[in-house]
Amino acid sequence: MKNLVELHDVHFSRGDTSIYEGVSLVVPEGKVTAIMGPSGCGKTTLLRLIGGQLRPSSGQVQFAGHEINKLGRGPLYEVRKRMSMLFQSGALFSDMTVFDNVAFPIREHTDLPENIVATVVKMKLDSVGLRGAAHLFPSELSGGMARRAALARSIALDPELIMYDEPFAGQDPISMGMLVKLIRSLNRTLGLTSIVVSHDIHEVMSIADHVCIMANKRIVAQGSPQQLEQEGNELVQQFLHGEPDGPVPFHYPAKNYADDLLGKGAGQ
Amino acid sequence: MEARKIELLVGVFITAAIAALVFLALQVANTTGSLRGETYTLYAKFDNIGGLKVRSPVKVGGVVVGRVSNITLDREYFEPVVEMKISKQFVGFPDTSTASILTSGLLGEQYIGLEPGFMDEGIMTLEDGDEIFMTNSAMVLENLIGQFLFSQGND
Amino acid sequence: MKLLVNLGRDTLNVLRGMGNATIMLFQALVGKPQPLKMFPLLMRQLYVVGVQSMLIILVSGLFIGMVLGLQGYTILVDFGAEQALGPMVALSLLRELGPVVTALLFAGRAGSALTAEIGLMRATEQLSSLEMMAVDPLRRVIAPRFWAGFISMPLLAFMFSAIGIYGGFVVGVQWLGVDDGAFWSVMQASVEWRYDIMNGFIKSLVFAFVVTWIALYKGYTAVPTSPGISAATTQTVVYSSLAVLGLDFVLTALMFG
Repeated sequence: MKNLVELHDVHFSRGDTSIYEGVSLVVPEGKVTAIMGPSGCGKTTLLRLIGGQLRPSSGQVQFAGHEINKLGRGPLYEVRKRMSMLFQSGALFSDMTVFDNVAFPIREHTDLPENIVATVVKMKLDSVGLRGAAHLFPSELSGGMARRAALARSIALDPELIMYDEPFAGQDPISMGMLVKLIRSLNRTLGLTSIVVSHDIHEVMSIADHVCIMANKRIVAQGSPQQLEQEGNELVQQFLHGEPDGPVPFHYPAKNYADDLLGKGAGQ
Repeated sequence: MEARKIELLVGVFITAAIAALVFLALQVANTTGSLRGETYTLYAKFDNIGGLKVRSPVKVGGVVVGRVSNITLDREYFEPVVEMKISKQFVGFPDTSTASILTSGLLGEQYIGLEPGFMDEGIMTLEDGDEIFMTNSAMVLENLIGQFLFSQGND
Repeated sequence: MKLLVNLGRDTLNVLRGMGNATIMLFQALVGKPQPLKMFPLLMRQLYVVGVQSMLIILVSGLFIGMVLGLQGYTILVDFGAEQALGPMVALSLLRELGPVVTALLFAGRAGSALTAEIGLMRATEQLSSLEMMAVDPLRRVIAPRFWAGFISMPLLAFMFSAIGIYGGFVVGVQWLGVDDGAFWSVMQASVEWRYDIMNGFIKSLVFAFVVTWIALYKGYTAVPTSPGISAATTQTVVYSSLAVLGLDFVLTALMFG
């Protein structure tokens, strides 16, 4: 089995805060890979590293044999045509209709005549169930519809890799179910590779073939969902079962509670 | 907003700008004559140029024929030398012409008034680079008052 | 000691900002031109930046011209020089007020809107999403807006001066009774096409460049949150106004000094 994306010993820091200290992971081709972890551990950053929007301070990011972190501007834009990303907010262009939003990447990168563009756009919109909403503006869509429209736009050019940034965040159960079904079926029918960043365990575990769990600035476990259930790591178990206290403590580090209440600490 | 309406309004915008420019060019600015097209150069020496400046007009009977292009001081006699660019439309002034520094109105700007002299046999016309020998200097108010008081005292 | 450290850090930050802004503009404007793709985008931005600023420019120009006519007349009439009203109105508009006030109004009307728009595109991840679709946001978003601003502002300045002179004419000639012929002819005698109008035009080109550049850079680098965008919008107006007034002094000294 080939790996489409590989990260080797990636270090990354923003300002003085280090975010990754030696992250290595692989994304097998044609599968759904989930990246999970507590909020604030830099899952979105990971996607931006793969997309080449950020560069690691050391380490390697490979996509289909290209070293993303070493590519110049031109080649990077060439490689990006083969991947796409579904942003948390959808990131639809607010001054265009849904139809034009989906048509945008096609018009931008191909010279297809307008009637073929229209056909492609209708097919893509139909696959997310929004063919009837083509004439609407993004501001007229509900959150779930906006995300589906954005999904139609991400698959407009049939990419090899699609990255979902928190696709389930803030969705009601119905649209969440729709998105789960879409991710699964798109992965099968188009034969693409998916990376899903999320912390909705049940949804993710139901669609993922390969799961990576991040915490403490590195990957703590990776494997199939079944393997992870068996994993002995306490942190993985805490995360998978949503226990409030454990290796990730409930309390933010603080000094002794009793001392603090009695005002004994220094500088009080 | 459909593309046609935007294009129409941008068209209106550009037209308004061109109209403004045409208005400025025709109604506001001084585009006739003066320094446009080819010019030739004349020189004149004065005792005193008063408030004359570079770009002050040169007029013949009130018609602007050119502009002052440079003012320097003669190294030998320490007299101001005025260089004028005259439009090629106005050639053939006789070399008996007089250049005077005049003032338009009591408080107005100063300009060079060129008065064509008589034309006779043996009298040349002024060509590029020639000098006008007959000049009248600027009136300086203090000198005028001084002269006036002096002549009063003689009576 | 701490003061020196702060001064040094601020200086470095300012220099870094200017460097980044230059790189941004360079990457946006230099490269293979794509007139077919560029034209509709430019058209749209000319509409947003130019057409939508036209009303405020025309109204302000008219009022400023009228005020100039009124003020100029009351001063000049004391010296019996009310014929000089024409050149006074025309020269002050063409040389100074036209380019400067247009630039200030433009910064407030179009510049702040550009900053807010681009800041919002950043906040809603539209710029990132363009990048991920392999479309360079600098070429796609920044470049057409820059050209639109650079083209519109000098045109707006012409309109401002023209309607301002007309306003001065209305007040001076039609209300206060300055002689019609004298107003225009004295104006024509003292306004020089190449000297006054062209120098005013050069001024407004410089202002257009600076104001649009500041607005785009501030939007592009805005912190993608509501307070970040509102701070960036304020900075656009403040920085462009200061830059316009400072540059106006330098340019005036060079051109008319």
